Amino acid sequence: MMGLSHNALWVLASMLMLGTAAGLAGCFAYWKRQSLMSDALAHAALPGVVIGFAILGFKSLPVMLLGAAASALLGAWAVTAIRAHNRVKEDTAMGIILSVFFGLGIMLLTMVNRMPGGGQSGLDGFIFGQAAAMVRQDMRTMTAVAAVVLLVVLISFKEWKLYLFDPAFARGIGLSGRLMEAAYLTLLVVIIVIGIQAVGVILMAALLIIPAVSARYWTNAFGTMLALSALFGGGAGVAGTYVSTLGDGWPTGPFIVIAAAGIFLLSLVFGTRKGLFVKAMQRRAQMRRLKPQAVRRDPLAEGEALP
Amino acid sequence: MEPVLQVRGLHAAYRRTKVLDHVTFDVMPGTLTAIIGPNGAGKSTLLKTMLDLHPRLGGEVRFFGTAYRNAKLKVGYVPQRGSVDWDFPTDALDVVLMGLYGRIGWFRRPGRRHRELALEALDKMGMADFAKRQISELSGGQQQRVFLARALVQDADLYLLDEPLAGVDAATERAIMEMLKTLRAAGKTVMVVHHDLQTVEDYFDHVLMLNRTVIAHGPTTEIFTQDTIARTYGGWLRRKERVTG
Repeated sequence: MMGLSHNALWVLASMLMLGTAAGLAGCFAYWKRQSLMSDALAHAALPGVVIGFAILGFKSLPVMLLGAAASALLGAWAVTAIRAHNRVKEDTAMGIILSVFFGLGIMLLTMVNRMPGGGQSGLDGFIFGQAAAMVRQDMRTMTAVAAVVLLVVLISFKEWKLYLFDPAFARGIGLSGRLMEAAYLTLLVVIIVIGIQAVGVILMAALLIIPAVSARYWTNAFGTMLALSALFGGGAGVAGTYVSTLGDGWPTGPFIVIAAAGIFLLSLVFGTRKGLFVKAMQRRAQMRRLKPQAVRRDPLAEGEALP
Repeated sequence: MEPVLQVRGLHAAYRRTKVLDHVTFDVMPGTLTAIIGPNGAGKSTLLKTMLDLHPRLGGEVRFFGTAYRNAKLKVGYVPQRGSVDWDFPTDALDVVLMGLYGRIGWFRRPGRRHRELALEALDKMGMADFAKRQISELSGGQQQRVFLARALVQDADLYLLDEPLAGVDAATERAIMEMLKTLRAAGKTVMVVHHDLQTVEDYFDHVLMLNRTVIAHGPTTEIFTQDTIARTYGGWLRRKERVTG
């Protein structure tokens, strides 16, 4: 990476941190069987970003991110509310919230862009992500928040494992389910909010979902899965961002998703636990073991005729 | 002697269907009680409602004379085997260690002593050779034994088990019943949601017959009769005949 400007190195470093944190939180969503929840939350953040901008009339990242967090949490609350009061399944509820909030966000965005000065708002960058548009302060915030997420996961690793594997038992021995649920949602929302500027609301979820799924192909230990997922997330973040900075105005999100998809494909085929290649080799070895027996018991080999 | 568990007028529902209707009973220490009743009688819901895992619409539950939240560490709960995802990436020893988390303390790592305790519990359930085995690779009976080992290390005074004998092999059933009888001999109290009427008299000294409300409760020899079975199971005549005929 020689020859990269000081600024580009800063961008890559903060994307490494973001990807790492997203990889960790993605594992939690994976074992809560709520991968789609991260997608719903990311999409639901868009209206908040636009409203945050519209209220001030100029671009202020903290206010826009506050708006993003508020509308993402509103989306999460709406998913829970729809499910609790109707016979609607969770994935259906998430599908509704995801599309409605995103539609609302785009509608507001169109209106804001027509306001005087709105065209230069840079709000479009929040859809597909624009890592190059980040200023130093944004990157510092992103890195600090990601570091806190890492620390939280490291300290409470055992609690997360228990909560994700057996929440009823966890409550039985005094681990508050409500507290863990709140911590989980906060973690997810915080990562989404700091990530949307760089990755975009549409594709942010990929950084949460794909590393975790890929890691599952390599290991049977929860700790290793977390570590691998963090590594994959960080790798995809850096690789995608690096490629996107090669062109002028290239969006970051799509390149990150393609990098993550590459990791997923490699894991799917070569993963040492559940990879297709390993499975095929195991099947072959098994066939070879069984073969001599099969030949010995073949009636034709013993001169018997088939009926 | 003070009862270890007192339930007074407990009510619970799923949506608009009442599942528990004025459930009242006391459990004395050192007893081994079967909770029996037809499907939908509220057996699992009773356990979950007592443990605040399911909303309580009314009534009172006291463990060791106090509310559940003050007695959590004295109560060991073994949920149904199907309540967790056995594909979760971990091994048998790790699951048993979870039973010690309350004692280890939050945000602390388990030490070697904890590992030894967990191994000991696995050994008691005849599972020492499977300590490092992925839980997804265990048979149903072995998974149930891991759950029981996790309850053992909790060292609770009252155990509540939800269908531990459902769908397990004969060896596991023997191992589990042996463990429960050892617990009782050590002065612990055990309640088990049970589904096999034929083994009630052999395994349990007390029986709680439930069908949304308590039909009968007391020593098995006194209250487990043709009459109470008929009243508990209502139309389930086929089973009644199998047991009494």
